[in-house]
Amino acid sequence: MEVIGKSVIRKEAQDKVTGQAQYTHDYHTSKKLSGRVVLSPYGHARILSIDTTDARKVPGVRAIITGEQLPLTGESMRDRPPLATDKVRYHGEAVAIVVADTPNQGDLAASLIQIQYEVLPVVHTPTQAFQQNSPLVHEHLGEYEREKDVYPVPGTNIAHHVKIRKGNMEKGWGESSVTVEGDYSFSPSDHAAMETRSSTAEITPDGTIKIITSSQAPFMVKQLIASYFDEDIGKIVVDTPLVGGAYGGKASVQLEILAYLSSRAVGGRAVEIFNEREQDMMMSPSHIGLDAKIKIGADHSGVIKAMEIQFLWDGGAYSDKAIDLTRAGAVDCTGPYKVDHVWCDSYCMYTNHTYAAPFRGFSHSELSFAVERTLDLLAKKLNMDPLELRERNAIQPGHTTPTRVLLNQSNVGNLQECISKLRTLIRWEEGPVREINERLVRVKGVSCSWKTSTIDSNAPSGVILTFNRDGSINLMSGVVEIGTGTKTVLAQILAEKLKMDVDKIHVRMTVDTQTTPEHWKTVASRGIYMAGRALLEAADDVIAQLKEIASIVLRAPIEDLEVAHMKVFTRDDPRISVDFKDICYGYQYPNGNSIGGQIIGRGNFILRHLSHLDPETGEGNPGPEWTVAAYGVEVEFDRRDLTYRLIKAASVIDIGIVLNEKAALGQVMGAMSMGLSFAGRETFYYDEFGRVLNPQLRTYRPIRYGENPEYLVDFVYTPDLQAAYGARGVGEHGLLGMPSALGNALSLAANVSLHHLPLTPELIWKTKAGNV
Amino acid sequence: MKLHTIQLKINDEQQTVTVRSGDTLLYTIRKQLGLTGAKPGCLNGDCGACTIHVDGWPMKSCLMMAVEGEGKQITTIEGLKDTPIQQAFVQHFAFQCGYCTPGFIMNGHSLLQKKPDADDSTIKEWLESNICRCTSYSEIEKAIKFALEKNKSS
Repeated sequence: MEVIGKSVIRKEAQDKVTGQAQYTHDYHTSKKLSGRVVLSPYGHARILSIDTTDARKVPGVRAIITGEQLPLTGESMRDRPPLATDKVRYHGEAVAIVVADTPNQGDLAASLIQIQYEVLPVVHTPTQAFQQNSPLVHEHLGEYEREKDVYPVPGTNIAHHVKIRKGNMEKGWGESSVTVEGDYSFSPSDHAAMETRSSTAEITPDGTIKIITSSQAPFMVKQLIASYFDEDIGKIVVDTPLVGGAYGGKASVQLEILAYLSSRAVGGRAVEIFNEREQDMMMSPSHIGLDAKIKIGADHSGVIKAMEIQFLWDGGAYSDKAIDLTRAGAVDCTGPYKVDHVWCDSYCMYTNHTYAAPFRGFSHSELSFAVERTLDLLAKKLNMDPLELRERNAIQPGHTTPTRVLLNQSNVGNLQECISKLRTLIRWEEGPVREINERLVRVKGVSCSWKTSTIDSNAPSGVILTFNRDGSINLMSGVVEIGTGTKTVLAQILAEKLKMDVDKIHVRMTVDTQTTPEHWKTVASRGIYMAGRALLEAADDVIAQLKEIASIVLRAPIEDLEVAHMKVFTRDDPRISVDFKDICYGYQYPNGNSIGGQIIGRGNFILRHLSHLDPETGEGNPGPEWTVAAYGVEVEFDRRDLTYRLIKAASVIDIGIVLNEKAALGQVMGAMSMGLSFAGRETFYYDEFGRVLNPQLRTYRPIRYGENPEYLVDFVYTPDLQAAYGARGVGEHGLLGMPSALGNALSLAANVSLHHLPLTPELIWKTKAGNV
Repeated sequence: MKLHTIQLKINDEQQTVTVRSGDTLLYTIRKQLGLTGAKPGCLNGDCGACTIHVDGWPMKSCLMMAVEGEGKQITTIEGLKDTPIQQAFVQHFAFQCGYCTPGFIMNGHSLLQKKPDADDSTIKEWLESNICRCTSYSEIEKAIKFALEKNKSS
């Protein structure tokens, strides 16, 4: 292949290194007003009164908006007022918006709004939420409008319940000679994209609603605003320029609603709401937390016979995407292993935390921490090599998933080969523990993962191709450039298919929902998977049209023609040819007669054979393919003060095929970095009122330069026959096994079993002291 | 509200702006001068996305008032053209979403000028003031070291 696999320089590279790349907040106009949001100071409190009298007197204030008479919102269940009305349910919840000429006028006015609260008992954890006597976050759960496959339990804090019932548990436990159990928990954390969220809305005199937003889901913004507020969907245009990091956090629709309401309140004038970091961390949806219970049974040779799993997801104050996260965790609940007898209850719990957005991996790094830590407990009990245990149980074609999808050579990767390559990569033959001196020890931990993408079964992706007069091509796809390089990789796929120079393919970097064909959402490692297929169809469409005109011009049957190097030519004699530039806008004969016309290619793709899950057993097909991977993390642990240093981190992923080498490595290593940061240091800390204590990058501290380990990446290549050139999703997978592999390494190093995140020296110390 | 009309020398151009006492340099260069390459990431000095040069040294422009910029030589990412560090970032895929990139490049460019013989610990000391959330930092390390080498040999 000529272009596929090469490290083609990203199409937006020059813009990004010169400061010319524009993100949502970079679009400035002098007439834009500023919306400043008043946030709840408590985790759970009744709103007694809101007095805006003083605030309205501040010069430059154009409107103050509060929550009465606004419809409820929420993606799968409408349980969320855009602005809190009767009560606030999380610290940082939006209560009011001040629209003012400048941000500082807005801030001054916001500080003068008097809100009286009566503090209510706080639901701090999903486990507390699950108890019968827990305070209720939502008193009227039964009354909310919802999609038909959402199963809330009124009178409780259960927003949704997914059941997996596979095989026969009695039989499974009967065949098990060894069982292990573990409880795990971690609090919500943050995506911490470097670009905080921002949205600008404007309503023009003809009723067109124009929104510019930093989003992974501009088409969903359009759809939901039309639906929530009964607006004409054709009159909503959502622009999304480059996005400064997203990781799932910008797939939720929240700030766009506030910007729309703000513009509506000032007669349609443009209003921007820009999240400062604290607001971004507290108000905007966060990374989900989890309380999990895992029980595994195996025979004496280590063959897993049964797994019983309970996930209590910390969905936070509103269910929104947490409903889908709960389902995604359930469908892959066992991890990448053959288990014939599975019982899983996955609950979406309401708590008084910031509600959850997707986070890179969509429940899988989280479930993997619980499952893979328990597998290490099993290995220890069996006195077995933990990698051998995983290899013995590795999922394979012919096996079924927890929702009983029969796997084949295409829809699942080769986990055993991943494990085998990992062994070499991390020098597993040297053993997991290496003594340095009486203080320091180097220890390796391993884990595995799998993931399918449980997106909507009818999610669309489309591509349009147009030509320039020189025969070069414009590529338009609704995939948002969130940093993953997808647009460049699409250009490579097209260049490969048309056998042309990738520099002659121009990609539209930005998305606008009026003229860009829809790509459902830029999530779930489904960008290339879906848009790639749509693109191949569009390319075939273009080839057919080019050949049709060329066959007349060249006086040769279509079947004899080939396309390459921006020409159509006869297969046996390439000298008989016509250039793209002479036919892509029709062909003109010397006397002026013309045939054909402008060539426009179109392609679309929709996933096939996906189905809803059975509400009682979970049976159903949730996603198109399972990418599998194996991981290792090596730490240097200090036995004296329980601190550690990350030495090496390794991932082996069955990627199908590498489309752009450096871009693929960047995706994997970047995801690993994010996974280690989540695993080792990131969490929100809360006080007794449910207040977030660390909503700043000074106190919430991701990995910085020089704190990173050495990264080792290798791939396995089992093509997915449904995907463009066989490529599997890879944007999330580097992350999935990092928390579990680090947890396994540190548990071995410190000789304790660690069951919580983040894996800080303090946690290790408390666990050793039996004081968690 | 007190307003000041001040002269700023940015990217070798003299600019006149009227600012509030409380306006940060970041806010002023973005909002008034349209130089949006410097990014707001935290407005608190924690992330480095707004890094610019003041008299050749890297400075977080969210931590500096606009009125403090008078009489200083200010350079933003828009003032760098095809420098070794920019080329190295492109070649080594040292960015993904690109939002932190201007800050890292400004910091790295200044490092090349001020510490051409920087060793690992100096590089770390300089670059740990910026956060990148997409890459693994090893790509940035490669780009910085590549540019340092190139700088030395030229």
